[in-house]
Amino acid sequence: MTTTGGRPDSSISEFQGFLRQDGRKGIRNTIVVAYLVECAHHVAREIVYPFRGQGVHLIGFSGCYPNQYAFDMMTRLCSHPNVGGALLVSLGCESFNRNGLARRIEESGRPVETLVIQEQGGTLSTIDKGQQWLQSTLSELQATTSRTSMSVDELIVGAICGGSDATSGITANPAIGRCFDLLVDHDASAIFEEAGELIGCEQIMADRAVTPELAGEILSTMEKTARYYATLGHGSFAVGNADGGLTTVEEKSMGAYAKSGSSSIDGLIKPGDVPPAGGLYLMDVVPDGEVRFGFPNINDTVEIAELIASGAHMTLFSTGRGSVVGSAISPVIKVCANPETFRQMEGDMDVDAGRVLEGRASIDEVGQEIFAQVLDVASGRPTKSERLGHQEFVLTYKTFEPIGPACLPV
Amino acid sequence: MDEVGLLRISEEDNVYVLMRSISAGERLQVGGQTIVNETSLGLGHKIAACDIAAGDRIIKYGAPIGSAVRDISLGEHVHLHNIQSDYIPTYTLEDDSA
Repeated sequence: MTTTGGRPDSSISEFQGFLRQDGRKGIRNTIVVAYLVECAHHVAREIVYPFRGQGVHLIGFSGCYPNQYAFDMMTRLCSHPNVGGALLVSLGCESFNRNGLARRIEESGRPVETLVIQEQGGTLSTIDKGQQWLQSTLSELQATTSRTSMSVDELIVGAICGGSDATSGITANPAIGRCFDLLVDHDASAIFEEAGELIGCEQIMADRAVTPELAGEILSTMEKTARYYATLGHGSFAVGNADGGLTTVEEKSMGAYAKSGSSSIDGLIKPGDVPPAGGLYLMDVVPDGEVRFGFPNINDTVEIAELIASGAHMTLFSTGRGSVVGSAISPVIKVCANPETFRQMEGDMDVDAGRVLEGRASIDEVGQEIFAQVLDVASGRPTKSERLGHQEFVLTYKTFEPIGPACLPV
Repeated sequence: MDEVGLLRISEEDNVYVLMRSISAGERLQVGGQTIVNETSLGLGHKIAACDIAAGDRIIKYGAPIGSAVRDISLGEHVHLHNIQSDYIPTYTLEDDSA
């Protein structure tokens, strides 16, 4: 990174990453075990079980019908920079293109093995073979993965909120916004999303786009989003949100929007598109075309997986009511917005942003603390959810058209 | 100047956010008047920073977050019972007693 005026010292923002054969750099050295249909889920889970706490993460796709989005997501996730190898577990008769997935992982230079339960003689022998492969691949990975110097401008950081209440929008989200400003100042990539939770902020967002064409793309994305949710007859607003004092989807949106900070918006990406350079990106998670597979984001975990598919090394997760989730593949930093929640659930929370409400810190101070934690976590320090073993993962059906040239003007 | 325990996020806002929980019957100073709310209200809930007429926009973060469905007086709790979204109706559980 360059050291132009106003930027913090670059020496404090360097750390040791893991170098992959495709040249990408990760902050964790994990192996994923991926089931390719729900029918293979139990076998995959049993394979992983004895390796708890050893960097083996379970992911998968439940559906038996083929879906390009799910295939692309699995490809991106299995070749994510935090991932050093993949074990695919197939029942045998599902539609998922297991050979295509294995080939792409192999092309990325990562070790990959495919076990087909129907060809391995059933549950027990597949579990046995899978565990043998894991054992040897884990040792190999630990012994052979190159460490490399990595700096903050090589990081991709996502942000979402979940279990929001009215404090999310006044403490944690603005503080994450300050951290995003710092990341963008350092040429890192920062991704915010939840278009469904940004209904009502369309014009304000479009005004921040780096080109008028990108502004147009943002507006049409938001139009699509509003149409999509109106068809479903349901906004992104859970009952718990109202208990916490939030009344309308647009109120929640303004609070969610604060996570994006104040930098200009450099691009509009879809799940799996990796930001081409440092800057601030909006991720469009709402499917294209007619409304087909139901709600775009059935829960927070789906959104985290999409950020990771776009290369996120870690995710900043703002919560007011108190979500406990983490994620497979990339660590989650939990920023707790509500001081009462923090006191009750401190074991799950990384940052106490609610102290802003009690006059014990400013939004800026909390933003700097989050930025410091980003560097710590990138250096290998586990987050609370990581330490607790949270590795939630969900992948659903969607349909996307590729993004147009106006979406990435830089 | 902001009232003690109340946060006006943006200058243009016509609601305050409670920075702490308040109990039923507790007196609050709002806009130079003493207001008593009949119910307890949790941190993060909103109260009106001025009189708001039915149909008026509710402003928070300097942006509209919905419209009043009836007249709301200064200091009154602003929530599902007196404002609505201008986008998508808010879903609530029918047996929700909160």
